[in-house]
Amino acid sequence: MTSASAPVRGRTPARDVAGLGVGRAFGFVAPAFLLIGAFLIFPALWTIYIGITNYRLTGVEAVSPSIVGLSNYTKALNDALFHNALWLTMVFVLGSAIIGQNVLGFTLAWIMRRTRPAVRRTVEAFVLLAWILPSTVVAYLWVAFFDRDGGTLNGLLGTQGTAWLIDYPMACLVVFNTWRGTAFSMMLYSSALQAVPPSQLESARMVGASGWQTLRDVVFPHIRGHVLTNTLLISLWTANDFSPFLLTKGGPNHESETVPVYIYNVALQGGELGYSSAISFLLLIANLLVSLVYLRLLRRRS
Amino acid sequence: MRPDFVVRRIGFYVLICAITLFFAVPMLWIASAPFDASPGLGVHWPDWTLENFRKTLEHPYAMHSMVNSLLICVTTAVAVTAFAALASYALSRVRIPGRDALLYGLLLLSSVVTGTAAMVPIFVMMFQLGLIDSRFGVALVMTGGLLPAAIFILKDFVDAVPKSYEESARVFGASTGQILRDVVLPVARPGLATIMVWAFVNSWGNFLVPFLLIRSIEKQPGAVLMQTLTDEGGSVNLQVLPVFSLLFSIPVVVLYLLVNSRYGFRFHGGIKS
Repeated sequence: MTSASAPVRGRTPARDVAGLGVGRAFGFVAPAFLLIGAFLIFPALWTIYIGITNYRLTGVEAVSPSIVGLSNYTKALNDALFHNALWLTMVFVLGSAIIGQNVLGFTLAWIMRRTRPAVRRTVEAFVLLAWILPSTVVAYLWVAFFDRDGGTLNGLLGTQGTAWLIDYPMACLVVFNTWRGTAFSMMLYSSALQAVPPSQLESARMVGASGWQTLRDVVFPHIRGHVLTNTLLISLWTANDFSPFLLTKGGPNHESETVPVYIYNVALQGGELGYSSAISFLLLIANLLVSLVYLRLLRRRS
Repeated sequence: MRPDFVVRRIGFYVLICAITLFFAVPMLWIASAPFDASPGLGVHWPDWTLENFRKTLEHPYAMHSMVNSLLICVTTAVAVTAFAALASYALSRVRIPGRDALLYGLLLLSSVVTGTAAMVPIFVMMFQLGLIDSRFGVALVMTGGLLPAAIFILKDFVDAVPKSYEESARVFGASTGQILRDVVLPVARPGLATIMVWAFVNSWGNFLVPFLLIRSIEKQPGAVLMQTLTDEGGSVNLQVLPVFSLLFSIPVVVLYLLVNSRYGFRFHGGIKS
């Protein structure tokens, strides 16, 4: 047996009950961290370097890229298409995550509290199914749904010949992503609502508070933290979501080109790896800021 | 008071029906089109046939892409589970210097370095390593991406395994290997199963990584092949795609139901890529 039981420090001493020893413990951790280092940390850091070069997919700069300093970033400042992508991403996040998934998820959680279990299970099954189906399948379902000739939406509304994905691409994406992601908010709010004391709801009813007043003055104070963390998370995921590509490829004419799609189009269609890395780095920084706020909230709560 | 109550009740059910329809209607197509003799993009009562299934089975790439998906996802799920189990056990039981900062960093990493934000460097890296068009390369990238969250979830499971079991095993003279194999592993099995299913489902649905890294059609997993067939268009593909969508969704739904019925649904806040 190894005598190298771990030095006990800190408030919660983890006793080395299996006799692993620090040396072997490092061996256990190594494979995972090598992979994380190679395929997560290294790429993230490398983005910084590629972002200050003029590296391209093809041509002279593909063989011998040179360092161009911050010119990719100054280019981004003046790039109308990048501004367009930023704006569309904000619309996408605000419409489908902050409003769409949040409101619909909360509504579902709220009205499902006291419905019959059979009804509740049926509704939840559909909402969950939308969440767990593979993204390409879901995207194809919606492409079919929105189709100009014979799509279900046109059949329902009697608007044959309307090409929804071409005429209203962003509205389609917002509806699509609300449908796709509401399950998460619904589940989170369902469990949050269980923390609201029934006695308080009861007394609100006794004094004759309206539904809206009850929500605002009784329910909301209890779930404020959940609303904030939920909003941060779904915003982060939505801003990084690549599925708009599957529905519209960013078109027509960049009208639905959110930042993820823009990065792809610049890097692999346009071949400008250096410039797209600079934009990726900006996205990484944005993700980092949101995540830090989120972790901060989590820590404060626990 | 009475009519007011009735009106409210009706409004309530109208709302529930509307929301359910919103979620159900886009899905109806996947239930009807695969069995329809003349499949279109709209939902209508099918003209029952199994011809589309025959067409799909005969398709040169359709079933092959399922095998590719299986290959990639099983590799990923096994690698994620094995490496995350080792790492989370060590992190749970031995106080490695800087452990808390490490775990905090992992949680941060898993949400910051998304596939979209890292697609360019990952593409360039795999390109220079000569791992473009390699299914193994795709599995490696996915494993790296899923590991941080997997370690984080698994560590919770391992922390919950009572240390007294290991202590008593040790008192009776069991070696470290025996303790891991005969005590820790069986107790932590629900956690391991959950992680394996989670990793499998995540990589099954992943479109971006194989889309970036796989070039030839015979190596494409199902998620990418669907996109290829959609872009091709044509009436043959309109027969194949509905069936393929259905078949491709089945593993995910079955695994979900399995985990749900076996271990109950566990709500891991923030774990879904």
